[in-house]
Amino acid sequence: MEESFLKIEHLKKHFGSNQVLIDVNIDINKGEIVSIIGQSGHGKSVILKNIMGLMLPDGGRIIFEGEVISSPTKRSEEYEQVRKRFGMLFQGAALFDSMTVGENIAFPLRERTSMSEEEINKTIVDVLAMVGLHGIEEVMPAELSGGMRSRVGLARAIAMKPEVMLYDEPTSALDPIMSDKINDLITDLRNKLNMTSIIVTHDIASAYKVSDKIAMLHDGKIIFHGTPGEIRASRNPYIQQFIRGQRKMYYAVEDEKTYEEQVDLDKIRAQTPWAPKRSKFDG
Amino acid sequence: MKNPGLALVTNILINAGKLFYGIVDVIGIFLRHVKYISDLIYNTIIRVPLLVKNVNLTTHQMYIIGVESLPLVAVTSVFVGGEAVIQANFQFAGMVPLRYLGYAVSKSLVTELCPVLTAFVVSSRISTAIAAEIGSMKTSEQLDAMTCLSLDSFRYLIMPKFVACVLMLPVLVIFSELIAFIGSIITAMFFIDVSLYVYLTGLKLFFSLPDMIIGILKTTVFGAIIAITGAHFGFQSRKGAQGVGEATTRAVMFSAVLILFFDFMIAFFVLKAKF
Ligand SMILES: Nc1ncnc2c1ncn2[C@@H]1O[C@H](COP(=O)(O)OP(=O)(O)OP(=O)(O)O)[C@@H](O)[C@H]1O
Ligand SMILES: [Mg+2]
Repeated sequence: MEESFLKIEHLKKHFGSNQVLIDVNIDINKGEIVSIIGQSGHGKSVILKNIMGLMLPDGGRIIFEGEVISSPTKRSEEYEQVRKRFGMLFQGAALFDSMTVGENIAFPLRERTSMSEEEINKTIVDVLAMVGLHGIEEVMPAELSGGMRSRVGLARAIAMKPEVMLYDEPTSALDPIMSDKINDLITDLRNKLNMTSIIVTHDIASAYKVSDKIAMLHDGKIIFHGTPGEIRASRNPYIQQFIRGQRKMYYAVEDEKTYEEQVDLDKIRAQTPWAPKRSKFDG
Repeated sequence: MKNPGLALVTNILINAGKLFYGIVDVIGIFLRHVKYISDLIYNTIIRVPLLVKNVNLTTHQMYIIGVESLPLVAVTSVFVGGEAVIQANFQFAGMVPLRYLGYAVSKSLVTELCPVLTAFVVSSRISTAIAAEIGSMKTSEQLDAMTCLSLDSFRYLIMPKFVACVLMLPVLVIFSELIAFIGSIITAMFFIDVSLYVYLTGLKLFFSLPDMIIGILKTTVFGAIIAITGAHFGFQSRKGAQGVGEATTRAVMFSAVLILFFDFMIAFFVLKAKF
């Protein structure tokens, strides 16, 4: 079997007595878009921070291109080389609040690339346009809305053209139209730059739309890992509840109707005459 | 319990054990902080040569720490100078001739009062500001974001502040001494029965340049203490507004204690070297 690009093996992490990750295994191929879904507080952000080397795992390891980049004994300094190939969008955007939006994007470009000032300015305008923002270079982060901040954070990360991009809830603060734009951006980056993406999200609709694979985290374990089609077909009641509960919230009305039709018992009976007749005990 | 003697002994043993663990715990915490702080100092100092690549970061900090502290230092110094004269006059009354007033005042201002009080005043402004800035950057994951973008937080955040503190404190102390002298002269002339001539000759009488230089140079150490305690408690702060608040309090508390401690050590060793 071919060695996968990024591999998370038996990842464990606890804080005090709080066992957050118990046994997380995910395989990711190059250029793949993988969404991680799961309930709030179950450790999705912790997985990303472990991949980024911001936290050391208590057990297990993370393998990138056949090399262990993170394990309980690995020192964080050794991480520097691979970290240059990763980018991350933080849940709260984590913009540098003493700098303007433009400086936020320019700072890493200036310090870490050999771009000229002109190229940097052009890049700033370009990446901001990619996330649907214009003319806010001189604004301070504190003056932006939550959704705008998150998009500036995204712009700052993709300006560095990472090979692997980690998104922590890129669309949860956005309106549906903006979400769509960001989803298109994520697929675009994959198509143009072959960027590998890991997306942590609650937004099932977006996850269906952009991901090649969806992984579901529950109680510290990945209880499902497969294509969007497979997760829809999954017979695990918890998964069904998770994605259906979300469907009701996020899906367009037409979809909602077809869903109601699917579970309309009378209709199913009409289509399947061999099924037992409705008894007087049925609710 | 059937045997009260045994019960007593076990009780004592248990409590002794608890005490022992408590002490070990405290020592452990202390040693851990010492380790963190020495790492911090090491990491900051080895990055000082990188200063030349982002000079503007350091000059900006020098402006904040030096120029913006000046009014506060000036006000403090005027009063310190005046107060030194009044105290000396009160102590001398009827025992020491007033021509020694200038000498006593200048000696205490130059060796102790100005350096230490300037360091305190700057510490109350700067070590708290550094701790609050680093602490809130930690809370809002900005430090993590810097790490992710391979931006070195020691280099861009700590080192410029460290250098600015180390360079600007001596400068501030020179200003402080100047202003304190003016304050002392005004007080001597207008509030105390001593003529300007007598006061100034007293001042010149035993004036020693080495004292003044030591007084100025030791503030570089105080500057380093201010920057490092601020940074240390900022990095160690718990996340959230309360954690940041605690960090600022601790920073100013520890920097005050450390300033006094090092002042004592410097005085001790310098005096020992002299005699
Ligand atoms: N630095 C930390 N120190 C202590 N506990 C932490 C830390 N980071 C996360 N946790 C704990 O780990 C658990 C998972 O947190 P995490 O932020 O990964 O959740 P999440 O799945 O991202 O949730 P959400 O969808 O709300 O963002 C939480 O119970 C949290 O209390
Ligand atoms: Mg999260």
